[in-house]
Amino acid sequence: MPTLTLIEHNGTAHQVTGEIGQSVMQAAMFASVPGIQADCGGACSCATCHAYVDDQWLARLPAAEGTEADMLEYAVERNDNSRLTCQLIISEALDGMVLRLPASQF
Amino acid sequence: MSLASVVIVGAGQAGFQVATSLRQAGYGGRISLIGDEPGLPYQRPPLSKAYLLGKIGATNLLFRPENFYTEQRIELRHDRVTAIDRQNRRVLLEGGEALAYDHLVLATGAHNRPLPVPGAELEGVFGIKTKIDADTLAPLAKQARNVVVVGAGFIGLEFAAVAVSLGSAVHVLELGDRPMARAVSREMSELFSQAHHRWGVHLDFRQGLTRVIGENGRVTGVETSDGRILDADLVVFGIGVIPNTQLASEAGLDIANGIKVDANLLTSDLHISAIGDVACFPCLQNDEQPTRLESVQNAVDQGRTVAARLMGKPAPYGALPWFWTDQGDMKLQIAGLSNGYDSTVVIGSPDSAQLSVLCFRGDQLIAVESCNRPGDHLAARKILSRPPQLSPTEAAAAGFDLKAWEAANRD
Ligand SMILES: Cc1cc2nc3c(=O)[nH]c(=O)nc-3n(C[C@H](O)[C@H](O)[C@H](O)COP(=O)(O)OP(=O)(O)OC[C@H]3O[C@@H](n4cnc5c(N)ncnc54)[C@H](O)[C@@H]3O)c2cc1C
Ligand code: FES
Repeated sequence: MPTLTLIEHNGTAHQVTGEIGQSVMQAAMFASVPGIQADCGGACSCATCHAYVDDQWLARLPAAEGTEADMLEYAVERNDNSRLTCQLIISEALDGMVLRLPASQF
Repeated sequence: MSLASVVIVGAGQAGFQVATSLRQAGYGGRISLIGDEPGLPYQRPPLSKAYLLGKIGATNLLFRPENFYTEQRIELRHDRVTAIDRQNRRVLLEGGEALAYDHLVLATGAHNRPLPVPGAELEGVFGIKTKIDADTLAPLAKQARNVVVVGAGFIGLEFAAVAVSLGSAVHVLELGDRPMARAVSREMSELFSQAHHRWGVHLDFRQGLTRVIGENGRVTGVETSDGRILDADLVVFGIGVIPNTQLASEAGLDIANGIKVDANLLTSDLHISAIGDVACFPCLQNDEQPTRLESVQNAVDQGRTVAARLMGKPAPYGALPWFWTDQGDMKLQIAGLSNGYDSTVVIGSPDSAQLSVLCFRGDQLIAVESCNRPGDHLAARKILSRPPQLSPTEAAAAGFDLKAWEAANRD
């Protein structure tokens, strides 16, 4: 199972194992990582599952498109490497990925 | 405040949220979360959408895995509460036990309004509420040739979009004259009528059914109010829900289209709160009229409000209602409540199916409905939550852009 590292805004790092096919948001929720809110449960309707993907990993992800891209415009403290984690599906290729969480989701 | 134990009845969206928010806020007492459905607490929205299509699996419905409940010391019980003994502050369980509470939260949700016609009990006639419903329905939906959907509300239309994409012929019967009439503007109804038409769904308005017809206990068709017989090997109805108030009413709590609560979500007993689909609360966005909302947002935000109160931070509930529904390639997001709107401003183009409808009552913006314009939706949530107000004249100006207006009017 791929392992991801999620780093809270205060620097606390969490190693999270996720199942292939699961979203990064859900793996984080299952591991009780604070700092992701995910109000809509992954329907890409709330923008409260925002995270920053470390640059080396960003290139390996399919680009944000359509709904995600439009929602991201409204993520708080949005950056070039911002993504909505409910739209990032875990695969072997993402083993080791590092994501940082924003100070607040809203 | 020192509450030794909180008992929550109903382990759905709202019940789960109170339990989680209490622990997040540092509550150290006992939390019992009692639910009468099998398995771990799960979310319902995918049941009529992605889950039916097999796009997400059963684990992905769960709010949390099993060990979460142990780690967080949330006692999850699969049982049914049969009575509330208010005098002794305890609930009685079907399993025979009695559980004492210092505070009780009723989050019992709602059940589907049954189809009020003969034949409704035939095999192949469904409402969608639980995971079991969806699990039984999914294989049938894949095989069905003729599907009749009763009710063009959110759930009926979500299912219609799923069924037509699986290759069935789909016929929707709706008593009203447009889809989602209770919740959206005429303009948005029209956009969705066109979309369903494009996908091949047949929408039949001002039309009900008089009976469901069957052979050997299985559905074979329905008879419409104007006397036509439609073939059907699957009938799915979504004609509204009835709040699960029985426990509360038997315990003598005030009931009014749901369990009546005050602005703090307290029932007529100050040791009992009610939240989610079952709660009827004075809604700020509805002139403080008693209102019952059925949405994830409402369940989650009310759960948070009650948890905060129990932790000594009471605040009247005033969160902005928002909602979404996914049908085919159309995502509709609604911010605010549009009841009583008297004028609209439409942004975007119906041809591209990217449209936002701004609903005004007088000069006041009360709701924004966005189809495939999620940025507009998030901007609208900000605009509706704080001053300044957007006027209909500003919104109607040529080239008006909601996101740009929001950005320009931030504090
Ligand atoms: C198919 C479907 C699709 C939906 N789609 C959307 C959507 O896209 N967007 C959106 O915002 N909302 C959607 N909703 C609505 C949303 O899921 C509900 O508003 C939300 O689940 C309400 O939460 P709740 O906790 O109040 O009730 P529920 O989640 O219904 O939970 C109540 C629980 O209490 C249990 N219970 C009742 N009585 C007892 C008792 N006496 N003892 C023990 N347990 C009891 C019930 O069995 C149930 O498990 C959808 C709902 C359905 C059914
Ligand atoms: S969980 Fe709501 S947008 Fe990701």
